[in-house]
Amino acid sequence: MKCTKCGGVAVINMPQHRLKLCAEHFKEWVLSMVQRTIKRYRMFGPKDRILVAVSGGKDSLSLWDILIRLGYQTEGLYINLGITHENYSDVSQEYAEAFAAAHDAPLHIVNVRETYGQGIPDLAHTGRGKRMCSVCGLVKRHIMNRIAYEGGYAAIATGHNLDDEVAVLLQNTLHWQGGYLKRQAPVLPSTHPRLARKVKPLCHLYERETAAYALVQGIAFVEQECPYSVNAKTIFYKQILNQLERRSPGTKMQFYLGFLRAKEEGLFCLDEPEKELTWNTCRKCGQPTTAGDLCAFCRLWEKQKHPA
Amino acid sequence: MGTGTAKIKYRKQEWEVNSGMTVRAAIEKVGLDPYSVLALRNKKLINDQTIIEPGDEIKLVNVISGG
Repeated sequence: MKCTKCGGVAVINMPQHRLKLCAEHFKEWVLSMVQRTIKRYRMFGPKDRILVAVSGGKDSLSLWDILIRLGYQTEGLYINLGITHENYSDVSQEYAEAFAAAHDAPLHIVNVRETYGQGIPDLAHTGRGKRMCSVCGLVKRHIMNRIAYEGGYAAIATGHNLDDEVAVLLQNTLHWQGGYLKRQAPVLPSTHPRLARKVKPLCHLYERETAAYALVQGIAFVEQECPYSVNAKTIFYKQILNQLERRSPGTKMQFYLGFLRAKEEGLFCLDEPEKELTWNTCRKCGQPTTAGDLCAFCRLWEKQKHPA
Repeated sequence: MGTGTAKIKYRKQEWEVNSGMTVRAAIEKVGLDPYSVLALRNKKLINDQTIIEPGDEIKLVNVISGG
């Protein structure tokens, strides 16, 4: 298989782009693709300070590498969730730290167990009715917002790739989650000065491409999966989407880009006007909340301390 | 190219396959989805149409993450 650009040995075939590329041309292609995505959705500029949320996995470390190579001002944030199964959180942290050290890039680390008293598995176990992934998401969002606000970053960049976005899109479509469909986008605007703007610069890259990028750049990343995501619905949806992709290359890309285009054209304009959010300030942590005087994050820890 | 076998490694599993087949055929033969993995030989990424040589050790890396 030959590189479409130079005739050298191709390392990856991307039928959806009608491209087969060697390692060097693939690296170039990824950088230009991400740069175009950042500009297209006006994610941030060269003067903005960006907080990159890193997990030690292929997507977030590739993202950080790409943003550094493109000359953006970045700092990393690793949240140690306290997942002790096969030492998952500590091993993942080591990959994030090794990347930061190799690139001489600042990395902020928040250890959930040391900071708040319990890791995610214990917290989810005691918070009745809360599933592991929703507790994890809530805790990560809270910490990301806190660090971004305290550090004055222009945005938080996450490693969501096109497959992640398409899996969520499929799930939300199957359940006709109108509100979620309306909000799903490459840029999630800040709705409050203390809630960070979130951007997804890898949203036009297939997951296979972000993994290939990490491999050709020699980025070491944690290969084990989060033990709690083994039966995640997301993986099931991704497998289904890959079956469609095999039969018809480009299906995932068309589904996602067509969705974004349809939104721009007003397909998801709900009849009801957007409700104005009423913000309260959480009496414990000071973060904004739309519910009562305690935010969802602080309520979670209160429930854990004082089970009903 | 002589005949022989090669090793395919994926996480904690290992299989022996005949050389002479493509990486994609080997991935399918061991029951994995070619869309879900990438192949490395001597730590270098290789495309899935690469012909497996005798004595090769091919490492497969999962590319589908959940969560």
